[in-house]
Amino acid sequence: MSRLSPRSSVCAIVALAAFSAPAFAEPLTVSNWDGYMAADTIDAFNTASGNQAELVLHATNEEIMGKLIAAKGVGYDVVFVSSPFAEVLNNLGLAETLDHAKIPNIANLYSEATELPHDPGNSFSLPYAWGTTGLCYRSDLVDTPTSWGDLLAPEADVAGKTTMLATDRWLLAAGQLQLGYSVNETDPDKMAEVRDLLIEAKKSLLAYDDTTFYAKLVSGEAELVHAWDGWCNYGIGENADIKYMIPEEGSDLWVDTMVILKASENKDAAYDFVNFILDADNHRWAAENILYKVPNKAAMDGVDAGLIETFPNMGMAPADMLKFEQMRDVGAAQRDYSRLVSEIKAAN
Amino acid sequence: MSTDRRALILMSPAILWLLALMVVPCVLILVLAFFQRGIYGGIEYTWTLENLALVFDPLYFKIFLKSAGIAGLSAGIACVLGYAAAYAIAAMPRRNQPLLLFFAVLPFWSNYLVRTYAWIVLLNREGLIVNLARWIGYQGELPSMLYTEQAVVIGLVYNYLPFVILSCYAPLSRLNPEITEVSRDLGASAWTTFRRVTLPMTVPGIATGFVFVFVLSIGNFVTPALLGGGQFQMIGNLVYAQFLTANDWPFGAALSMVLIAVMLGLLMAQATVAERAAGMKKDQGNG
Repeated sequence: MSRLSPRSSVCAIVALAAFSAPAFAEPLTVSNWDGYMAADTIDAFNTASGNQAELVLHATNEEIMGKLIAAKGVGYDVVFVSSPFAEVLNNLGLAETLDHAKIPNIANLYSEATELPHDPGNSFSLPYAWGTTGLCYRSDLVDTPTSWGDLLAPEADVAGKTTMLATDRWLLAAGQLQLGYSVNETDPDKMAEVRDLLIEAKKSLLAYDDTTFYAKLVSGEAELVHAWDGWCNYGIGENADIKYMIPEEGSDLWVDTMVILKASENKDAAYDFVNFILDADNHRWAAENILYKVPNKAAMDGVDAGLIETFPNMGMAPADMLKFEQMRDVGAAQRDYSRLVSEIKAAN
Repeated sequence: MSTDRRALILMSPAILWLLALMVVPCVLILVLAFFQRGIYGGIEYTWTLENLALVFDPLYFKIFLKSAGIAGLSAGIACVLGYAAAYAIAAMPRRNQPLLLFFAVLPFWSNYLVRTYAWIVLLNREGLIVNLARWIGYQGELPSMLYTEQAVVIGLVYNYLPFVILSCYAPLSRLNPEITEVSRDLGASAWTTFRRVTLPMTVPGIATGFVFVFVLSIGNFVTPALLGGGQFQMIGNLVYAQFLTANDWPFGAALSMVLIAVMLGLLMAQATVAERAAGMKKDQGNG
């Protein structure tokens, strides 16, 4: 999932406070999406733990996966990836089997977050943020949408003013959900139907957009867009007429996770870091800064009520989110997904 | 020290630079094309021709043709516009020409991305052009100009036009005015003189400009992504996707290999045209 910043395509490396920590501490390399933690997180961790952690950025899951697979996980200690990719790291034997005794703050997680289908019992991943994928729209310009069909086959006055996510899994999920299929469906016939539906939908589309769709809503260039809930919040923050909804056919449940690499030479510091993030105050600070829900009960209980009033999707109960199917690793079928997306994007 | 040795020493930094940063990475990528993709991305070191065959699969071949079409159209438009501009500049008094050329290449002083974003600001539905149309009283709904194939072509032409102006200006400015005067004296009209004398003598400049724009356009992935709204996959986007989203490096390598072959072929054709033109001039000199 590429997320949060149009700048993220620029592969910037920010080494925060690398020189300020004491020399004896172990350095720690953390990779995350740009802007997906509060800006002061690494500093705060270094101050609290005496570590010299540095943050590197990846624009997409696939980018960090390419590096991790090529280097067999060497060079990174903690990575933030979406859950299907955490599964891959585990299948490849690159993910550390977690010793819960070293992560006391795991007790802060919602019980639902410790039994997620991709990793029941958190044996190799810790959920960092979670949410849904739905429709983000200008309530002053369009009728309240109800279905994925409102995006895929929009009314005449909305046609040409919609955008869809470009990342393979989420683009396909919009079609899979509309047709009543699993978001992990791989049957070729069903996926051909999904492809045809999305090719048809392309005719009324303004653009595929993973990074600036909320800005298009704010400017009025788009009126109804396919969005991750947390990112819709950035639009809501700029224009209160922007709203988020989950279509009646449902959503996927996506979970972004933290994984410690088995090849890490700084495992103690890595455990310290994930435990630091799961601290009630730190994880709350993350939620308030990035406007995504975090799966941390102690943190969410402390989130300012005014914030949830402004961004209603922040208040969604875990039990309601768990009704949706979690996006899972589909193994070899990922290559078929990539091809389907090429077919959709190459269609006229 | 012999001249040869001095030349070698002077050239060695450039040669080493090219070897280390151009030839070696290219060879590494090309070798990748013959390996298999692992189920989770990685590379399995088993020889295969599957990736190269896949390039000629109708889906991907169509994307190749489409890219060639867009690149050809952009290069064609850039040549017409660029030639006209170069012709006008060459016709100006000599002392003004450097300034005019300076203006032609001025956009290169700003970043490619910034220049491309500027077109988004201009073309989008709430953008400057639409607002200008509204301001002068146009009431109707305007079609979306951004995120279309035309927007991609506009972006490519705009960004690469200066190359064509420069490549056409060089032969136009060197053209001996006496030759065209002779043609006019012998009774040819201005149009015939241009068509039969000026144009043929400046074809190498046009060919250079065309090939430049074509080669830069066909592999471009930024402009189709930004101005095409991700709805037009050009071969550059496909290569980008194989390396950065599909994690299928061997197929990405195979695609780049074919793309590099196409580019090399074109550059060689252009070199041949240039050589033939040089030969033609020599003949004229002798005759």
